[in-house]
Amino acid sequence: MLEIKNLHVEVEGQPILNGIDLVIPDGEVHAIMGPNGSGKSTLSYVIAGKEEYDITEGDILYNGESILEMDPAERVAAGLFLAFQYPIEIPGVATMTFLRTAINAVRKEREQDELSIPDMMKLIQGKAKDLGVKPEMLKRGLNVGFSGGEKKRMEILQMALLDPGMCILDETDSGLDIDALRIVSEGVNALRSENRSMLVITHYQRLLNYIVPDKVHVMTDGKIVRTGGKELALELEDAGYAEYDEELA
Amino acid sequence: MAAVKETIDQVKELDLDKYKYGFTTDIETVKAPKGLNEDIVKFISAKKDEPEWMLEWRMDAYERWLTMKEPEWAKVEYEKPDFQDLYYYAAPKSSEAPKSLDEVDPELLATYEKLGIPLKEQEVLAGVEGAKVAMDVVFDSVSVVTTFKEELAKAGVIFCSISEAIKEHPELVQKYLGSVVPKSDNFYATLNSAVFSDGSFVYIPPGVRCPMELSTYFRINEENTGQFERTLIIADKGSYVSYLEGCTAPMRDENQLHAAVVELVALDDAEIKYSTVQNWYPGDKDGKGGVFNFVTKRGDCRGANSKISWTQVETGSAITWKYPSCILRGDNSQGEFYSIAISNGLQQVDSGTKMVHLGKNTSSRIISKGISAGKSSNTYRGLVSAHKKASGARNFTQCDSLLIGDQCSAHTVPYIEAKNSTATFEHEATTSKISDDQMFYAQARGLNEEEAVALIVNGFAREVIQQLPMEFMAETQKLIGISLEGSVG
Ligand SMILES: Nc1ncnc2c1ncn2[C@@H]1O[C@H](COP(=O)(O)OP(=O)(O)O)[C@@H](O)[C@H]1O
Ligand SMILES: [Mg+2]
Repeated sequence: MLEIKNLHVEVEGQPILNGIDLVIPDGEVHAIMGPNGSGKSTLSYVIAGKEEYDITEGDILYNGESILEMDPAERVAAGLFLAFQYPIEIPGVATMTFLRTAINAVRKEREQDELSIPDMMKLIQGKAKDLGVKPEMLKRGLNVGFSGGEKKRMEILQMALLDPGMCILDETDSGLDIDALRIVSEGVNALRSENRSMLVITHYQRLLNYIVPDKVHVMTDGKIVRTGGKELALELEDAGYAEYDEELA
Repeated sequence: MAAVKETIDQVKELDLDKYKYGFTTDIETVKAPKGLNEDIVKFISAKKDEPEWMLEWRMDAYERWLTMKEPEWAKVEYEKPDFQDLYYYAAPKSSEAPKSLDEVDPELLATYEKLGIPLKEQEVLAGVEGAKVAMDVVFDSVSVVTTFKEELAKAGVIFCSISEAIKEHPELVQKYLGSVVPKSDNFYATLNSAVFSDGSFVYIPPGVRCPMELSTYFRINEENTGQFERTLIIADKGSYVSYLEGCTAPMRDENQLHAAVVELVALDDAEIKYSTVQNWYPGDKDGKGGVFNFVTKRGDCRGANSKISWTQVETGSAITWKYPSCILRGDNSQGEFYSIAISNGLQQVDSGTKMVHLGKNTSSRIISKGISAGKSSNTYRGLVSAHKKASGARNFTQCDSLLIGDQCSAHTVPYIEAKNSTATFEHEATTSKISDDQMFYAQARGLNEEEAVALIVNGFAREVIQQLPMEFMAETQKLIGISLEGSVG
């Protein structure tokens, strides 16, 4: 369970999140929708532990414990995973090498044994196939020269491999054509389970036709201004965010 | 394999600060008196039972050295060694004349086991099955053992210590010694010519592809002792050899001097691949101690269509002054230089290469990856020149620097001289910082800071790592991680 309590965040003295309250119980999928610049990615980075943000008030608890003092790797080991809106390229590091290093790093932190190379290959190749990640992509530098869709698939592949309890997907749908959207959504849906929760961040309602959420939150100006069921997404699709945003109104 | 695993585990248990090779070996040694004069040169030559011509050669070098000054053009700062306060010869007493592994002092064998260097011939390195590596092992001033000699002899390959070659193969030594790095080449090379104590000798006969990797492992143990080894490799017509050099030293508060000379000669259609993994003790975090690594390495592509390739991974030493170079004399000959130079703490590196194009249609390629962290300084210094007769000469240089943190510095000093208008030289250089976004991304996948840095740096240096012999790739990747420990956070 993820609990965000009265979270206030600033960057260089500039307030970005202005008191977020959000609880995602185990097994639930919540969506956050909101206009560009409303603070959705900031929230996801803060949960994952990016340094440049100052938390001026509030707390984030995962399974009852505050994560604010944990470094990013410890958060991953605890079960948090962020699929990036803009995945980063690491030239010269073969994707397969990166995946192996990440899996073993997380296993070590979780006090599990390292996987043998054959087991590792089987695991990675199996999940890659499910997500339509071609074997030659695993040989290329991580995310280097990948199309937008390939990068997003790679994020979901990593999510599947690191066995998280709480998945945060930041605009995973942007840049995907309809086929890729379907494959990625199927991959995400396959990971839905009783003890895994998800926070799906999106700008568009479209994704939520595929990944059907238990709850939808609307975020503007660093605040959650409305919460409802999945039908709220459809309503937003028609009316837009204008009624929630003074500047847009 | 069991023994290798065991030695690796032992090394892990040593827990010696960060530099895991920092232990000393308690062993009785024979030393020359401190200081340098004619008598010391004679002492070394006599100890090795050298022929008269060798002593004359040394004495001539010594005379010239007296007239020379230490070079000061490199971007390094240090207190110059007091050449009269050094020992020029130290040898483990027990191994003055070891003939085979059975005769090597067990204390020495234990040392190499601790270092993870298996000397037993049935062992293999770095867990690569089926890989055989023949080793010449130099402890302070002498070569203590050379492995796989017989098997190599069957192929006609000569692999022995230079002391032995001087006695057993004088015609080869006289013909080639000093033919690439002349006796009076530079201050340190000249000093080496006078007092070199040991090193490796390789001769590959015409048409032979050397059946295994050859390797020399250098270890400085004694205090206040200079190591002056001399390596000479000759690849006769149409032959091929791959050679690897590794080095470590104990942690000592005093600086240790290492002034080696390596000469490579490739005749027509021959190829030499020379790789170095240098991990001398870099000194402590305050810059106390560490090895001064002042080395002259040069290859002569003497024959047509010959090729010499240098690959170096420089991670240790307090000061590195080193420019493995190629003289591209034969028509269509090729020179390559692949380098990873890592500096951390207060280390200073001034390294690079010279590609001297003399023959027609000669080509060279330089890939240099400098990584600076801590408060270190890292300079690439390179010269590419084409002689008047070097029509069609080509060079490609790629020089990339990566900075970790904001207290280190990187410098690129390329010199280009083209005396032939048909020469084409390309130079590309980049300087970048390890990006926060890359670091965060790797950390958001479960890597800690040090693992993230090691991964990103290995990616940055990949083009060079790929040039290393397979057996040493994995070790090198780990070494890169270890060298950068403490560079972030
Ligand atoms: N590192 C940063 N430095 C300065 N401003 C930032 C930084 N990160 C986010 N912001 C600002 O915070 C606001 C919210 O951005 P973001 O969280 O990316 O919104 P969203 O993902 O909803 O589009 C924007 O105005 C953005 O410019
Ligand atoms: Mg965003």
